[in-house]
Amino acid sequence: MTLAVQFTHVSRQFGEVKAVDRVSIDIQDGEFFSMLGPSGSGKTTCLRLIAGFEQPSAGSIRIHGEEAAGLPPYQRDVNTVFQDYALFPHMNVRDNVAYGLKVKGVGKTERLDRAEEALTMVALGGYGERKPVQLSGGQRQRVALARALVNRPRVLLLDEPLGALDLKLREQMQSELKKLQRQLGITFIFVTHDQTEALSMSDRVAVFNKGRIEQVDTPRNLYMKPATAFVAEFVGTSNVIRGDLAQRLSGSPQPFSIRPEHVRFAEGPLAADEVEISGLLHDIQYQGSATRYELKLANGQALNISQANNQWLDISNGYQVGQPITARWARAAMTTLTDHAGEV
Amino acid sequence: MSLTQAPMRRFSNLLYRKPNLYLAMLLIPPLIWFGAIYLGSLLTLLWQGFYTFDDFTMAVTPELTLANFAALFQPSNFDIILRTLSMAIVVSLASAIVAFPIAYYMARYTTGKTKAFFYIAVMMPMWASYIVKAYAWTLLLAKGGVAQWFVQHLGLEPLLQFVLGIPGVGGSTLSTSHLGRFMVFVYIWLPFMILPIQASLERLPPSLLQASADLGAKPRQTFMQVILPLSVPGIAAGSIFTFSLTLGDFIVPQLVGPPGYFVGGMVYAQQGAIGNMPMAAAFTLVPIVLIAVYLSTVKRLGAFDAL
Repeated sequence: MTLAVQFTHVSRQFGEVKAVDRVSIDIQDGEFFSMLGPSGSGKTTCLRLIAGFEQPSAGSIRIHGEEAAGLPPYQRDVNTVFQDYALFPHMNVRDNVAYGLKVKGVGKTERLDRAEEALTMVALGGYGERKPVQLSGGQRQRVALARALVNRPRVLLLDEPLGALDLKLREQMQSELKKLQRQLGITFIFVTHDQTEALSMSDRVAVFNKGRIEQVDTPRNLYMKPATAFVAEFVGTSNVIRGDLAQRLSGSPQPFSIRPEHVRFAEGPLAADEVEISGLLHDIQYQGSATRYELKLANGQALNISQANNQWLDISNGYQVGQPITARWARAAMTTLTDHAGEV
Repeated sequence: MSLTQAPMRRFSNLLYRKPNLYLAMLLIPPLIWFGAIYLGSLLTLLWQGFYTFDDFTMAVTPELTLANFAALFQPSNFDIILRTLSMAIVVSLASAIVAFPIAYYMARYTTGKTKAFFYIAVMMPMWASYIVKAYAWTLLLAKGGVAQWFVQHLGLEPLLQFVLGIPGVGGSTLSTSHLGRFMVFVYIWLPFMILPIQASLERLPPSLLQASADLGAKPRQTFMQVILPLSVPGIAAGSIFTFSLTLGDFIVPQLVGPPGYFVGGMVYAQQGAIGNMPMAAAFTLVPIVLIAVYLSTVKRLGAFDAL
């Protein structure tokens, strides 16, 4: 399999700030690859490095095997869907979509046909005459997508494209984007700070923190086997247990992660492949499909427990704040963490 | 409670409850000023354009006639209009061309102190008296003046003589040539062009330029397809200043350039020297009509679509 994008020890410095710090990634051709991280973690800078809006301070970026460092954006076979859509306000929708073809000298009939085709693909056929200001946020988003895809790029970059949409529309666009990516077979590189979005859409996800990559993995592995405390806590919620308590429970001083939904209340004798710990029930949050319990352990640490409300008659389970509780989980559910990832 | 309220408090509460009263109090004084004193006197002036002027007795009688407006199309008067109009057009074009790079640099490349420096540099000439500047230019451009000294030392004397020899552009010296008058006009109105263009470029989101490059446009294409069309409202706004200020000016044409009236000078002469108020009023209508035509033309060309 060929590589769509390859970062080798790429850094990007802004003055004293290292926005991207010695990042190496291999993105496969045809992959839906997400870059996930909090704001300021370097994920957007990485995307802009691929697009050519930024140049690396060090390292090499290859796009389909060709060295891209030093190439301006207009000489790269990638297209971007911008966070603010960046539609040209003085052009109608059709001219916006046809822009990339126009500047490359594609004839008028062909480019208008292809623009209309691209608009149909994003379910906006017949909207060509409108101006961007006459469209809703979701429609602008689709125009931005059509404007990028009409150029048939081999890599499509998406910079938090769903951030400005409301929840329902966002979920709908997520599944449409995923469908589109499968149908077109091109590489999608998707930047987001929303872990649910990243998990539900991607083939693989890179988790960024402070300009470095903490972990690159499939959504399932990222959730089930987080490599670092940061990943464990950023992707979903997790209990990270360190120090003496870790030593007692896992037999190793290495910190480990245990997901709240993998912890249950003790019933009957302790099995050989389980561990348990006691504490006082500190808080109960009813969340609809699940209930979250917060346990205060003897060392003061909080332990979150999430129990699915899948017994339809189970209106009250009888637990009360302040009562002592023993929690258990399978040894296999504990994931050992390293505190700092990325040191190769 | 309400009995103990101070009168000011009661008054401000009343204004809060009745926002229309508040707006009326805010707007009525300036509207009276603008409507009665400004528009009213302008309309009165224009109305006098229909009055009759007796050449023999020099008396103005309120008998309505179109003769004054018809007289605008006499060759001697029409020449004045054409001369003024063509100067206004070339001054606007040249100002736009000179102002654009400065405005572009200010909007896209300067921040903080450098930007403040540019603002001051652009506006500082406006702090000096306009008449002083116009007089100063007559000296700069005069025979043996600074401009000629530079031309001599650069060895460009023959070129200057050639340019001054072109009819409609030249004259006997720079300070009595159309070219000299044009240079002074461009100098004086340039800030009025720079600032609106700069404001329009300032509003241009950088992501649009990135999107253009991302879609494969070379810098020249991005400029022609995105930057220029989106700065047209700024250029149009600036050109409204340069165009109307040149049309109405009566000092620069008097001080610099060859003899021959401009519209402003003609209004002054008719009204002041001759006492032909109706003809002066008819000439006053010329810039108003020209600017109305100009605005509707640029609007039709789509200059304000991106607003």
